[in-house]
Amino acid sequence: MKILVAVKRVVDYNVKVRAKADGTGVETANVKMSMNPFDEIAVEEAVRLQEAGKAKEIVAVSLGVAACQDTIRTALAMGADRGVLVETDAELQPLAVAKLLKAVADQEKPDLIILGKQAIDDDANQTGQMLAALLGWAQGTFASKLEFVADALNVTREVDGGLETVALKLPAVITADLRLNEPRFVKLPNIMKAKKKPLAVLKPTDLGVDVTPRLVTLKVQEPPKRQAGVKVDSVTTLVDKLHNEAHVI
Amino acid sequence: MSILVIAEHDNAVLKAATLNTVTAATQIGGDITVLVAGHGCGAVAQAAAQIVGVKLVLVADAPHYAHQLAENVAALVVTLAGGYSHILAPATATGKNTLPRVAALLDVAQLSDVIKVESPDTFVRPIYAGNVLATIQSSDKIKVMTVRGTAFPAAATTGGSASVETVPAVADAGLSSFVGQQLTKSDRPELTAARIIVSGGRGMGDGANFKLLEDVADKLGAAVGASRAAVDAGYVPNDYQVGQTGKVVAPELYVAVGISGAIQHLAGMKDSKVIVAINKDEEAPIFQVADYGLVADLFVAVPELSKELDRLKAAG
Ligand SMILES: Cc1cc2nc3c(=O)[nH]c(=O)nc-3n(C[C@H](O)[C@H](O)[C@H](O)COP(=O)(O)OP(=O)(O)OC[C@H]3O[C@@H](n4cnc5c(N)ncnc54)[C@H](O)[C@@H]3O)c2cc1C
Repeated sequence: MKILVAVKRVVDYNVKVRAKADGTGVETANVKMSMNPFDEIAVEEAVRLQEAGKAKEIVAVSLGVAACQDTIRTALAMGADRGVLVETDAELQPLAVAKLLKAVADQEKPDLIILGKQAIDDDANQTGQMLAALLGWAQGTFASKLEFVADALNVTREVDGGLETVALKLPAVITADLRLNEPRFVKLPNIMKAKKKPLAVLKPTDLGVDVTPRLVTLKVQEPPKRQAGVKVDSVTTLVDKLHNEAHVI
Repeated sequence: MSILVIAEHDNAVLKAATLNTVTAATQIGGDITVLVAGHGCGAVAQAAAQIVGVKLVLVADAPHYAHQLAENVAALVVTLAGGYSHILAPATATGKNTLPRVAALLDVAQLSDVIKVESPDTFVRPIYAGNVLATIQSSDKIKVMTVRGTAFPAAATTGGSASVETVPAVADAGLSSFVGQQLTKSDRPELTAARIIVSGGRGMGDGANFKLLEDVADKLGAAVGASRAAVDAGYVPNDYQVGQTGKVVAPELYVAVGISGAIQHLAGMKDSKVIVAINKDEEAPIFQVADYGLVADLFVAVPELSKELDRLKAAG
């Protein structure tokens, strides 16, 4: 089995993101960038499937600016075999990303594609579902467990009321939720090895995909700040305030 | 303009999230149609027809819609999409699963988690865990979006009189099938609909200690929630998680117990009307958003809170 994993370069999850003063976007200058945490989980799952003898090859794909090579190298250090970067400075929205990934999938012909369920920058939670739609494949979103049974893949999904299991025909698209696994820490020798693994660079035009954005961001701004309230000295005071001041109990 | 709203339901009951989505549709303006795709879902269609503001209810009833498999529901929505300017679904696990698939099949973008309607083509949605709000304009012919329930009031469930029509099912795509589910059973209110929520974090130390919170929750008629750390540690099931990647809630009262207040957690609860934090670390970031903060050991404070609530009740 061949697995494609998609990895996105995003502002690190520990950074408190701020809107630019002119409202045109968020401050990204001199901000730490990392692999989207959900994509780390996706890569980890692919590597575990390979370690379990279920997958032969793992291809890590990223889309965006040249620096996304770093994100691919991280995936290679975790255990992916080779990388593909679709390089562009253009703004890529989920539909365009899904189209580019479909084009890569048409060339690579994977049996399984694993993505993170959402990217922590735009919080869209769309790309995996869109990719599955464009490929005409089954989708197992918000996955917390994968299990191969006969020729199907059983996917346990995190849903609003608990967990749900669906059986998917392969090939299929999976999106990883937080509890699918705990990604490994990358070891230094593996970072060195990853530098020697192949990484191909393509352009959107090589894939014949029009990436023109459909949505225009008119402005971004920070929501009104919540004022910190008061500290109370005892449970008695707390209950009194909630009852007599806030009137919520 | 005409708007299609995809109903959230379990074949028996129409879920409240649908009502908030109908309100968003009303704010966009135009005729509102609700699609009920399910199996044996007649009662849901009848309920949808009563919602104020809804003009037409479409029902697609077939076994392969029983579990809302995205492959099948999306294929159905696409056959109906032609006549609509907007397609909306609640930003629930079901809506988030299905709607991007619809959008891609229609070759249009999707907007996720819309919290404000500025105009029929311009909407506001949170990005970066809600640290920033983006105002976004769509140039697509059909605007497809999921709607965050906490941002819109619920439409009234009675007083409407929509007509109900049956639409033919699309053949089962045969790509996926439902195997089973493990739903959390609880007599407490649903997290996203609760007036009061009591949430526990890593500070609870153990799943068994959540009993302390359940005791308080039951006295308040509250739902119980949790941080990711508490879910990851196995203290409580995944559907308790509040946050950027869990549920987004905005109750009248949110009590955070043993939760530090990471931005990913705040993303899911900072629009609550009143926030209480109980934490033994006075530097915990949760205190920066709390209306009432109590620096205390939760193992002392929570049982005390339970007793105080008894006293309050006794005092009438
Ligand atoms: C991609 C991604 C997505 C995420 N999504 C979410 C999400 O949706 N929801 C979410 O909640 N988190 C999410 N997180 C995790 C988040 O970053 C935090 O790690 C998490 O919220 C911490 O949970 P916590 O506050 O319970 O634990 P901690 O940060 O460990 O805090 C525990 C708190 O308990 C207090 N405490 C301990 N013992 C006691 C006691 N006896 N009495 C009183 N107080 C006590 C401590 O002082 C501390 O403040 C996400 C992280 C990532 C990377």
